[in-house]
Amino acid sequence: MNIASLAIKSFRNRKLSVGLAIASITLSVALLLGVEILRSEAKSSFASTVSGTDLIVGARGGSVNLLLYSVFRIGNPTNNIEWHSYEEISALPGVKWSIPLSMGDTHAGFRVVGTDDNYFEHYRYARDRRLGLQQGAWFGDEDEIVLGAEVAASLGYRLSDKIIVAHGAGDESFIKHADEPFRVVGILAATGTPVDRTLYVSLAGFDHMHEAWQTAEDGHDHDPLAATASAEGHTDEEQHAEDEHLDEEYSISAFLLGLESRAVAIGLQRRINQFEHEPLSAILPGVTLLELWEIVGLVEHALRAISIFVVIVGLSSLLIILMTSINERRREMAILRALGARPGHVFALILGEAIAITLSGIGLGILLVCGIFMLGQGWIASRFGLFIELNLLTPNLVYGLLLITLIGCLIGLIPGIRMYRYSLVDGMTIRV
Amino acid sequence: MTLPEHIISLNTLRFAWHGHPQPLLDIDSFDVMRGERLFVRGASGSGKSTLLGLVAGVLTPLSGAIEVLDQRLSEMTAAERDHFRAHHFGIIFQQFNLIPYLSVIENVTLPCQFSDQRRRKSISRSGNPRDEALRLLEHLDMADSAVIHKPVTELSVGQQQRVAAARALIGSPEILIADEPTSSMDADRRAAFIELLFRECEETGSTLLFVSHDQGLREPFDRAIEFDRLNRAASGRPPNRKEFS
Repeated sequence: MNIASLAIKSFRNRKLSVGLAIASITLSVALLLGVEILRSEAKSSFASTVSGTDLIVGARGGSVNLLLYSVFRIGNPTNNIEWHSYEEISALPGVKWSIPLSMGDTHAGFRVVGTDDNYFEHYRYARDRRLGLQQGAWFGDEDEIVLGAEVAASLGYRLSDKIIVAHGAGDESFIKHADEPFRVVGILAATGTPVDRTLYVSLAGFDHMHEAWQTAEDGHDHDPLAATASAEGHTDEEQHAEDEHLDEEYSISAFLLGLESRAVAIGLQRRINQFEHEPLSAILPGVTLLELWEIVGLVEHALRAISIFVVIVGLSSLLIILMTSINERRREMAILRALGARPGHVFALILGEAIAITLSGIGLGILLVCGIFMLGQGWIASRFGLFIELNLLTPNLVYGLLLITLIGCLIGLIPGIRMYRYSLVDGMTIRV
Repeated sequence: MTLPEHIISLNTLRFAWHGHPQPLLDIDSFDVMRGERLFVRGASGSGKSTLLGLVAGVLTPLSGAIEVLDQRLSEMTAAERDHFRAHHFGIIFQQFNLIPYLSVIENVTLPCQFSDQRRRKSISRSGNPRDEALRLLEHLDMADSAVIHKPVTELSVGQQQRVAAARALIGSPEILIADEPTSSMDADRRAAFIELLFRECEETGSTLLFVSHDQGLREPFDRAIEFDRLNRAASGRPPNRKEFS
């Protein structure tokens, strides 16, 4: 007996309700998968942003805040660090390398970071991958600038273009200095991290830009704060800055440390936290990432809970549709019984329907999610900096989908068993 | 080959619904002869359909023996009884006989999907089940292509019952069971329908067990039985009581 062809014909006869059941499972599976993929991609892209850095040091403040501004380019440093503190700590035994970071400026909404060659040399992301250049070279002079991949792509810059940087971290630059442009000398290869959304200049270039900004302010004489700043002795700035260049005491926002061995990290952290010349905070990026993730985790749990509830709703609608259908189909089953169908056939018809609906819902849900992410990849990457890698075979997703399949089958058991009982009791009596 | 006298034979049969202490059926003996056209009359709700369920092996008795075609149903497993029914019984219900999502032809050939035996018989008769279905439908005045290609839900009740008759007859099962098949038809159609059944049974040599509450249909049958006289459990019970709903 070809039960399958009967099942398919019966399906076609109830296109609408079967279609609705499939649609509700498709949508709920798509939502669950979407949330789960976004969540794990966000998490792994967070975790892969910094690698190989053992300590991050900044002015005393919250560790999460330090991690956010130094690595993720989110928020702003509260205070600067003096150059000699940086030099002193960099020279401590156990320190292998150090990367200074100056922040606070933007260009067209992208952060500008002042740093040195160590950044290109030692900064690691993902699993110990170093930065690469897709074009040009790392900056050498103070009027040279290197662009992250996304900056170059979205603003359409090429090598040798001149760029003007504005002060402040706002989206739109409010003060521009046409007289101090940087020249693009290099474009970094894409990393999928905030590195792509950053412009890099030398520490000298960064400070120079600030001096130029202060000059401009002085000239306009608008801002009482600027006046105070100029009172601190930047009167013959241009000449002065040029001269002092080599041993200039830059003021930096934070620095990253690579250590000889992980083992010294805790000791060094304590030492930096008790640094006598100025109040500093040192954080272990891995630990702070976990802290950060705990905060974000709340949202994560909420999202997951919502998508699980949507799946429950989807599966309930499957149950409702199946239970309604068995009342319509009771007659049909009595006819099949009279023709020689076994109660097992009747059971298999109903259960098979539940399984088929669940599986096609899951299949369509997967297709829907893949389609959406494939079409939306570019937009998500440019809007949120998330590079979605469509990996549906993570254990979480596979278990989740298997669980939905299992629940779908269990749900099919309810009307299946009921119909089985009916078929025994009804015998050949057709009840309407 | 000598034909056995009885095609269906019940002995000291008792049946009760699960959880009901009173037996619904208590039949001392009930026999149907091979090739016979038997009319069983009984009020609706008296347990006639239950008797048919027992004969067809869908229900199992509390006690007693049911022999069909010289085989004891009570000694078969449930699956064996289901196969047995598929091979040897054609069944027509009072109404709603057809599977709504199958075409007329698919409905008629459905028994061939459950029984190889009936499939083979239909092939040896007409070449394939489809042609056998058409042949039967033609006998029942249903071969008009406009009718055949209609969705079964759009057929009139009389047409539906004739399709059900064709389905019951395909593959020439030994026993044809008809449970109030004409109750939703008007008088003219009733007589015509019964005539059709007789003709087909004669042709295939099938035994017809026809159950109805309507004494007016009794006339053409070989033999008639009053169900309440057959069923001892019925005595002392109001005649029209519903036993199960």
